[in-house]
Amino acid sequence: MADRAEVVFVDGVRTPFGRAGEKGMYWNTRADDLVVKAMIGLLERNPKVPGERIDEVAIAATTQSGDQGLTLGRTAALLAGLPKSVPGYAIDRMCAGAMTAVTTVGAAIGFGAYDLAIAGGVEHMGRHPMGSGVDPNPRFLSERLVSEDALNMGATAERIHDRFPEYTKDRSDRYALHSQQKVAAAYAAGKIQPDLVSVAIRSEQGWGLATRDEAPRPETTLEGLSALKTPFRPFGRITAGNASGLNDGASACLLASGAAAKELGLTVKMKLVSFAFAGVEPEVMGLGPVPSTEKALRKAGLSITDIGLFELNEAFAVQVISFLDHFGIDDDDPRVNEYGGAIAIGHPLASSGVRLMNQLAHQFAEHPEVRYGLTAMCIGLGQGGTVIWENPHFNRKAK
Amino acid sequence: MTDYSALDFSELVALSGDEVVTHSFVRDVPLSGSRTLALVTLDNGRDHTRPNTLGPVTLLEFAATLDGLAERAARGEIHGVAVTGKPFILAAGADLGKVSEIPSLATGKLLGQLGHHALGKLSTLGVPSFVFINGLALGGGLEIALNADYRTVDASVAAVALPEVSLGLIPGWGGSYLLPNLIGIENALTVIISNPLKNRVLKATDTVELGIADVLFGSAAFLEHSIAWADGVIAGTTTVARPNKPGKIERLVKWDAAIGIARRMLESRIGTVALSPYIALDLLKAAKSGTLEEGFEREDDSLAALIAGDQLQASIYAFNLVQKRAKRPAGAPDKKLARPITKVGVIGAGLMASQFALLFVRRLQVPVVITDLDQARVDKGVAYIHGEIATLQSKGRITADEGNRLRALVTGTTDKSNFSDADWVIEAVFEELGVKQDVFAEIENYVSPEAILATNTSSLSVEKIGAKLAHPERLVGFHFFNPVAVMPLIEVVNTPQTNETTLSTAMVIAGKLRKNAVITRDTPGFVVNRILAKLLGEAMHAVDTGTPFEVVDGAIAPFGLPMTPFELLELVGLKVGAHVLDTHHAAFPDRFFESDNLHKLAEHGKILERDAKGKVTGFDKTAKKIVAGGTTPMTGEEILRRIEDGLADEIKRMLDDGVVHAAEDIDLCVILGAGWPFQMGGATPYLDRVGASERVFGGTFHTPMIRGVASEVPVTL
Repeated sequence: MADRAEVVFVDGVRTPFGRAGEKGMYWNTRADDLVVKAMIGLLERNPKVPGERIDEVAIAATTQSGDQGLTLGRTAALLAGLPKSVPGYAIDRMCAGAMTAVTTVGAAIGFGAYDLAIAGGVEHMGRHPMGSGVDPNPRFLSERLVSEDALNMGATAERIHDRFPEYTKDRSDRYALHSQQKVAAAYAAGKIQPDLVSVAIRSEQGWGLATRDEAPRPETTLEGLSALKTPFRPFGRITAGNASGLNDGASACLLASGAAAKELGLTVKMKLVSFAFAGVEPEVMGLGPVPSTEKALRKAGLSITDIGLFELNEAFAVQVISFLDHFGIDDDDPRVNEYGGAIAIGHPLASSGVRLMNQLAHQFAEHPEVRYGLTAMCIGLGQGGTVIWENPHFNRKAK
Repeated sequence: MTDYSALDFSELVALSGDEVVTHSFVRDVPLSGSRTLALVTLDNGRDHTRPNTLGPVTLLEFAATLDGLAERAARGEIHGVAVTGKPFILAAGADLGKVSEIPSLATGKLLGQLGHHALGKLSTLGVPSFVFINGLALGGGLEIALNADYRTVDASVAAVALPEVSLGLIPGWGGSYLLPNLIGIENALTVIISNPLKNRVLKATDTVELGIADVLFGSAAFLEHSIAWADGVIAGTTTVARPNKPGKIERLVKWDAAIGIARRMLESRIGTVALSPYIALDLLKAAKSGTLEEGFEREDDSLAALIAGDQLQASIYAFNLVQKRAKRPAGAPDKKLARPITKVGVIGAGLMASQFALLFVRRLQVPVVITDLDQARVDKGVAYIHGEIATLQSKGRITADEGNRLRALVTGTTDKSNFSDADWVIEAVFEELGVKQDVFAEIENYVSPEAILATNTSSLSVEKIGAKLAHPERLVGFHFFNPVAVMPLIEVVNTPQTNETTLSTAMVIAGKLRKNAVITRDTPGFVVNRILAKLLGEAMHAVDTGTPFEVVDGAIAPFGLPMTPFELLELVGLKVGAHVLDTHHAAFPDRFFESDNLHKLAEHGKILERDAKGKVTGFDKTAKKIVAGGTTPMTGEEILRRIEDGLADEIKRMLDDGVVHAAEDIDLCVILGAGWPFQMGGATPYLDRVGASERVFGGTFHTPMIRGVASEVPVTL
């Protein structure tokens, strides 16, 4: 029998997130190169980790084809210069790809199968637009397994507004504005940059270097937001301003068993407490984090009041509001998304999970009074994912 | 000192109307401490198969870009400038396409000056300059980097080199001054003089060891790491050591001695005909002292003289033959006609045959079966091949798995029925018509009617070899040069019967063997041997008439051939040499000499006297006695004239007779098959420029002649 082990988050990095499309900064950068550069940055930040000790590389992507295909974990490991003895695989749970990579290899570490593993994700939504090449089974619609809205994420968000009329467009816009402001403040305070790995980018104007997220709009105003079009239905509520955008980016993190981290002298940023995934009706997929969080809390034997910091993926403002509302948390609660979220930073689907973890880890170090935090996100086709983490810096006497 | 900014380069720009311009794009990159790096990308907008080159428009754009950056640096907007290239390519050097059209010495000089004008700005920006060598950096491409303050290199760069002297040029955009002052005189001599003569280039690790690049980064994140490193240098947190930078002692003690050693090496290796290596040597010697500006001016003058001279023009012609014409052989049928080769048969198991078998199995990776008269010979041949495979393995050229694969593919047999499924059968048996005829006639009983038959004959008629074949249309000449693994030429002999499928297959197979093939008609000696037979026949004729060996050697020295006629005769073997002269005399009795003396020398075994290391020290005393007795010795001038005119006459006849498609093919053959130097352009540019063509047939092989403008204006070097 393998020995059960404690699972720790040692470190995580990501590339700056770019805007998808021809004008985006990564248009001429391959998807696999993005995640490889994140992995190289991660390994260079952790020189005490011997490459050959890494037992697994799990890399997620939603659209696994072309430069984002070919068993990404294995190919990225080879391209990042890891020894050929290091195995790897690809993983997909749409938006929660990187999160699932973390929970899957984390579970294997917990089981005692691995000592060290890399988990991450990449989504180049410019080169691989959402839904490209998909061929949904006609039964989904003919047997009404899902509503027609289920495959259109904006439409699912409109459905949440329908279900909860008290979540107004104005409330979503205010949430979105706040997210932009928090990201701007976090950048100004240098909270985000430490976990970014710069990427050389090629353009018509020659080589450049991506050092910051491309999507944030610090100049955003409420007036501006209110004037935006609602592309998913006439007089709707979902706009480009209160939703995450279409983005390119990659992330990677290093997980270890507690014993391996100790043996190699690695600093522990977070400890894995529990995780859960849960399903909801696909046409209101944004509600997914509610049941997944309840499940994860139950597994951990914790209640929502034990959670001191939240990193919630902001696929749509309304979807975060629904989560906060369910758990009785204010829209502007300071424990939630302290550095802002995906509405400003962007959401390259399968890479976002590790971004949430990087930011939570950074906040843990700054908040020794907090013992538990969680990362959660909604997932296309009606799912939610939640990971609960413990702060190793926790100090009962703090503040 | 030259004020480069005051020069008018418009004449060069006018010459380069169709230049593929390599643009200088600039983007700002943020560094630590709110500093900014201006990153210049050199990109001609084409993919890596059309490397960045540096023509006049390119250089002027680069200069203007750097002027703009210097202004920004003065305003404090940028804190460093870095230059890099497009994927896989920094720059492949000067655009030499128009060098043949340069109308005057002064215009030629401008070409050097423009390079100094543009590249020199990298050292006067007011902020540190960097070149990130991300890919191929040849000649002027590398000189961009040398003009900068710091250099990083990508671990996977294909090649870094200053190959100029092999092309009749010198590193003339700062390289001849900057390189020795960066990496020391001995290292610089290796890069500028020795490596080009061996066609050797530097890998990334070499550039760091030599001190050309300051640091090496893996290619996965080369640019990111280079920028971070530059950030450290600009911030002062990274210090750069230059251990190979020459100090006072090196300048006082080592410098001149190293130049002297290199000069002697050059003289013994290539003789003194080729100008550019010696000019480079002079520039390197002068780089010991004086200023950068003086170094640049010396380069300008040297480059101007070389551009105006004949050797550079001939060299560029030769370079284009080797790089372009060799890759698209004249008269080659459509590749689609070629038959796929899935098994090769080699008749014979001697040394030559075994070398064929080794080459075929390595390059084609299909079963190769060898055969001979008895099992002992066959076993010996297979053992030799297995031994060679083991050597490749021990040198790390192939893996153990590949070694196993190749060994398993090679078999030997005395049972010719094992040839039944071979698609390609090549013979390397005794050079006698009857033997070869019988060998093929016999093998035809076993192979399919379509199997291609190839003969390696050097002196027999391929058509006659096929006289006893039921299907002579599948026979082709496939003439290798010794040593088989090294020499890059194959003469593919197209007989009147050879069909298109056979010819196409032969050309495709030559390509797969990584050889350059030239199609020739089935005429005696094909190309290379006929030309060498002319030269050697004349040399022996001079000896036979009483001319001392030394006079003959001296007479041919102006060619600058890689070896003297007598060294060549010893290399191919005196018996073989005598046989070659005999066969050519038999074919063309009024134009080719046979030599009884050569047969006698072959009996004796040698012509040259050598020391213990094999270095030639003179002529063998007995050999001298053997050839003594001639009564009408010739002067050196007479011999040179006879050989030049004889070659012009023979080549003209070959062209008139359609032996090959054009004079270019003759030149390609002698360059690749006999190592004739670029500075001669092979043979015909030389024969034109010394007047032999005019004397012999009242014309020239090339119109206009391949000459520099100095042929009209005297130039002193």
